[in-house]
Amino acid sequence: MLKTRLIPSLLLHEGRCVKGVRFGSFRDTGNPVTAAKIYDAQGADELLFLDITASTQKRDILFDIVARTAEACFMPLCVGGGIRSIEDIRKLLLVGADKVSINTAAVVKPQFINESAEVFGNQCIVVAMDVKKNEEGEYEVFTNCGTKSSGLKPVEWAKQAVEFGAGELLVTSIDREGTREGYDLDLIRKVADSVEVPVIASGGAGSLQDLVDGIVKGHASAVSAASIFHFTDQSIIKARTFMKESGLDVRSMEIR
Amino acid sequence: MIGIVDYGMGNLRSVAKAFELLGAEVIVSGKPAELSAAEKLVLPGVGAFGDGIANLQRLGLSEFLHTEVFENKKPILGICLGMQLMARRGFERGRHKGLGWIDAEVKRFQVEPFGLKVPHVGWNEVELGGGNPIFKGIRSRSCFYFVHSYHVVCTDKNDVAALCNYGYDFTAAVRRNNVYGTQFHPEKSQEAGLKLLKNYIDM
Repeated sequence: MLKTRLIPSLLLHEGRCVKGVRFGSFRDTGNPVTAAKIYDAQGADELLFLDITASTQKRDILFDIVARTAEACFMPLCVGGGIRSIEDIRKLLLVGADKVSINTAAVVKPQFINESAEVFGNQCIVVAMDVKKNEEGEYEVFTNCGTKSSGLKPVEWAKQAVEFGAGELLVTSIDREGTREGYDLDLIRKVADSVEVPVIASGGAGSLQDLVDGIVKGHASAVSAASIFHFTDQSIIKARTFMKESGLDVRSMEIR
Repeated sequence: MIGIVDYGMGNLRSVAKAFELLGAEVIVSGKPAELSAAEKLVLPGVGAFGDGIANLQRLGLSEFLHTEVFENKKPILGICLGMQLMARRGFERGRHKGLGWIDAEVKRFQVEPFGLKVPHVGWNEVELGGGNPIFKGIRSRSCFYFVHSYHVVCTDKNDVAALCNYGYDFTAAVRRNNVYGTQFHPEKSQEAGLKLLKNYIDM
């Protein structure tokens, strides 16, 4: 049986880990490579790096962080933030990423999803969508770190993205992000039920029960979390144990 | 020395770093003249089947590898796409001829009846076949990391070295004489994966 994945996410800004609330008020949370090593040692199923560094000159720092992480952590790495070209993807894979997460560039030019899937295979291409409720109270996809309205509805965009070749979807609720109020289960479930590719739930996990709910009630294939590991005494180990006790099929670390 | 074949497809660095961590001397190259110094070869790879084969041919590597594997009897380990390329044919975005070292075809997962998602992404239990030096000391049903939409279908069941279940049983590893392949990524499978690579160095 394929195991339910628990994915700590690391938000990066100019080479440091940061964590905010609803895509704002960021706090420094430490060195990303050190954090990655801890998550690796605790048996995280995958790591997610999302870079929000605005300055393109400073984006090379990301390649260095991924490279140094991949030298020390022999686990799956998914990297996103500012990816705009086939060359960006190639560089990230060369330094050790296994998957890339594309957000704004996919909305601006959906054909880019297809082009990258053609070269790297669709298993490599994760399309990330940041969603919040607009003034009409309807879910809408936002780009550019949640600042720009796209007019796209999450379910329709999800289906389109998969059609174009996305191998996985990372669905983040901007309204919940960093709040520790739990995932937006209604949003996650709507997207997960409408596509054939795995969906990673993101934004809002504040308790271990939230992680379980993301899978059981949100129908996600994997759950991503950050604040819960940065700001509480919950660890990957405790989370995995809790998920297992709740009846989810999580990975056993025993190999002998 | 372990020779990692660089044919422009993916995660060479992760594979190289894993072998280096385990104490092996490593050469990463796309040039037959340089790779021929290696005693064992690794064919990694992330990407599409058609591009993979085209690159191997363009770089003169398919012929070189054939000689190394079948005449010089060097062990080779294919990882993910690297293993798939060893099949006779692949059906990813069209129909492509593979290296043909394993009597197999590469087909897309058919899991609609089971309501499962494709790609198959994540950790899954692998039933390891006996007598295989690369599995030494690893418990059968240990978890390894997979990320793929296509899998190998062997004609000769003797080539199947390990099985995994996703809707149905599929080939998770192959072996024919000195040709080894894993559909999962040992270089991304933490302790279990590193043990497998260590076994490959030591065998």
